[in-house]
Amino acid sequence: MYRRHASVLHTARAGVAGAYGSALVLLALCFTHPIVLGAVAFTAVAAAALSGVGRDVARAARFAVPVALLVALVNALVVRDGLTVVARLGELPPFGELDVTLEALVYGLLLGLRVLTIVVCAALLTATVDPDALLRGLRRASLRSALTASLATRMVPVLARDTRRMQQARRCRPDGGARTRRAQLAVVRAVTTGALDRAVDVAATLELRGYALGRRPPRAGGRRWSRHDLSLAAAAAALLALVVWGLGSGAARVQPYPRLVLQTGRAELALAALVPAIALAPLLSRRGVGGP
Amino acid sequence: MSALSFERFSYTYAGADAPALRDVSLDVAPGEFVILAGLSASGKSTLLRAASGLVPHFHGGTASGRVRVGGLDTRTHGPGELAAVAGTLLQDPETQVVMATVRAELAFPLENMGFDAVAVARGVEEVALALGIAPLLDRPTHELSGGELQRVALGAALAGRPQLVLLDEPTSQLDPVAGDELVWLLRRLNEECGTAVVLAEHRLERCLAHADRVIVLEDGAIACEAPPRAMLEWAGERAPALQTPSARLFARAGLRPPPSGVKEARATLRAHGLGGDGATPLSVVRPPSAARRPRRALGRRRAEPAALRARGLWQEPAGAPAVLRGVDVALAPGERVALMGRNGAGKSTLLRHLAGLQKPTRGRVEAQGRVALLLQHPGDYLIHERVGDEAGPQALERVGLAALTERHPRDLSGGERQRLALAIVLDGGEPPAALLLDEPTRGMDRAAKGDLADRLHTLAAGGAAVLVATHDAEFAAAVADRVILLADGCVIADAPAPELLSGGWHFATETARVLGGEGRALTPEQGGELLRSRMIADVRA
Repeated sequence: MYRRHASVLHTARAGVAGAYGSALVLLALCFTHPIVLGAVAFTAVAAAALSGVGRDVARAARFAVPVALLVALVNALVVRDGLTVVARLGELPPFGELDVTLEALVYGLLLGLRVLTIVVCAALLTATVDPDALLRGLRRASLRSALTASLATRMVPVLARDTRRMQQARRCRPDGGARTRRAQLAVVRAVTTGALDRAVDVAATLELRGYALGRRPPRAGGRRWSRHDLSLAAAAAALLALVVWGLGSGAARVQPYPRLVLQTGRAELALAALVPAIALAPLLSRRGVGGP
Repeated sequence: MSALSFERFSYTYAGADAPALRDVSLDVAPGEFVILAGLSASGKSTLLRAASGLVPHFHGGTASGRVRVGGLDTRTHGPGELAAVAGTLLQDPETQVVMATVRAELAFPLENMGFDAVAVARGVEEVALALGIAPLLDRPTHELSGGELQRVALGAALAGRPQLVLLDEPTSQLDPVAGDELVWLLRRLNEECGTAVVLAEHRLERCLAHADRVIVLEDGAIACEAPPRAMLEWAGERAPALQTPSARLFARAGLRPPPSGVKEARATLRAHGLGGDGATPLSVVRPPSAARRPRRALGRRRAEPAALRARGLWQEPAGAPAVLRGVDVALAPGERVALMGRNGAGKSTLLRHLAGLQKPTRGRVEAQGRVALLLQHPGDYLIHERVGDEAGPQALERVGLAALTERHPRDLSGGERQRLALAIVLDGGEPPAALLLDEPTRGMDRAAKGDLADRLHTLAAGGAAVLVATHDAEFAAAVADRVILLADGCVIADAPAPELLSGGWHFATETARVLGGEGRALTPEQGGELLRSRMIADVRA
């Protein structure tokens, strides 16, 4: 959840902070090499700590760890490529003959690390970029998409509160809130029905605020680019250039099958060193960063 | 040109059998302060929705007649266009705010109206300063209290500086302090900026003194349209449920004209030589010592074991100030107690602890049976498709809903939902030893409150201890024979209701404020008797 803190990322304009976070996400999407992924994850965690959102990012990471492990497990069980068999599990319906290979296991772990890194970068993006400013930009581009996004973003905290209250109300029933599947389904159905009512109310408010007029919001022309806007924009552009260079030069390439090949030379080490250096440098200067 | 005009307007919701508005004609002049009164489902909300263009553009249905808002015909102008001339504020603050920060929320309508960046920035500053919400500008909206949210929503409705503001029970979800602040804000806007106000409100005593005119709706038609005093005279004969406590007090005492507020009531009493001289003296109510507290709480029934007792209850959340600080409370079987205190005093937390929903950090709760808790939002209890599936026939019978078993719970009125939620928590074989209610009168009209008070009296007569957390001093006086006052998680006063509710400004009924706490009269009936006896004594003297 976005909350304004005294940090460089929160001070910068939303478009620039968004580009910075998106560049980190892009790095995690484009590379599977553990050194690069580790560098990106470290950068995102350090940026979160420097921006005062370490807890938010840590919370997201905690939720992502089981998913990452699941990805690793599924890959190890489902993928039959790879030459180094480490376990023969025999006939297992519906998979058939199941051999776990070292390559599938390691590549599964790399995919899991990628998932974790993407979640951490996305959490940093969510916690440091003002969603209103982003929606505003979206409204200039596409009114309908922005309307849907506006409704969705507003409904999340409203429904979270509704669900908490309904769970408490369920516990107040004389039976202490039966924990049968039927009772739980009834609560889910009630929350869903309530969500529709709530969505209608929010939509009515949007109507009353003139959203349906479809006018584009004005450009924020009065605000000049600050030193932080410029340094973060430069960092985002440099990270993007790293992606292009890395993909173009074939650096940090991972070949999982049939035998695992992890290229680890100067190019990979340079890539891993440059990512945190470029991304964290703009966050160290706190000149002009005010309180919330 | 009128700020708002209805010409023989009728409207029926899609799929409804009866019209929600019938042949309504009215005019609101620029700068006028008009109150819309009426019982629940009388058509107040529909009338305001018709004025804002939501009816019929958003809700559908069939309409006849004409509505003009600032000269714009609602048949040809939708809610978005009308927003430039009429700001609208609905009941629920949570669904009235659509952006993540206050600044963005205030800028949103201005951007939609096509203002440039400079005009938007200026508009945000102006409305934030006018409503006193400038310190909130960079706060996330999900962190705001209900009162703050409602102010921000009002700011968004007023950002385009409309000539008219339409408010549909904006205080119904707020505590009385936040509600009073909002009404004072409206008065200031009306007086200083000339904004016409149309306000639908149940608690007429809160706003009647500010109004130029009151329009009463009954079954979708205008039943009365008059200045406040004349409306109160009319209500005395035709709709007693709409009378304010001061008006009922005067009616009981045989005094005329009915006052529109405490100030007017006191002036009339002074003119008749019946008091009304000064501010209410603060009655001295000492908190009982820890040793005496349970005994005193049990009162005359001290021989009986307490139906519900909390001993040294502490709630100390990690990294936050303590919410409860050693609370000792005891309720005797059949006792009716009101729990009062400002927002954040710990009332809801105490109720949750007493009902076993939360575990205390220290201290313990003892109950002689089941403890039933009715939370603030009755709708949260309703999870089935039929009323009959929510609670057993006996419980429904007890709350008077036996005839509605086939209805969908979401189709019930606010008062009926409250009764159904009560049936749900009272359902089951074993009757509860204690019934706890958290702010049960929010958004209720006077008739529904009276009905609830009667039910609580019946339950208490059956042996259940009743504890009601409420901000509503009138309801507390009607229900409770003892009041516990909580502040910062501590019991600061625990005394009989007449003692506590007759001496103060905030924790006092309107009757007590009018009479300056004399005779410890709390209700209009008690106050009326007091005034009559004084008049008789004067005549004899």
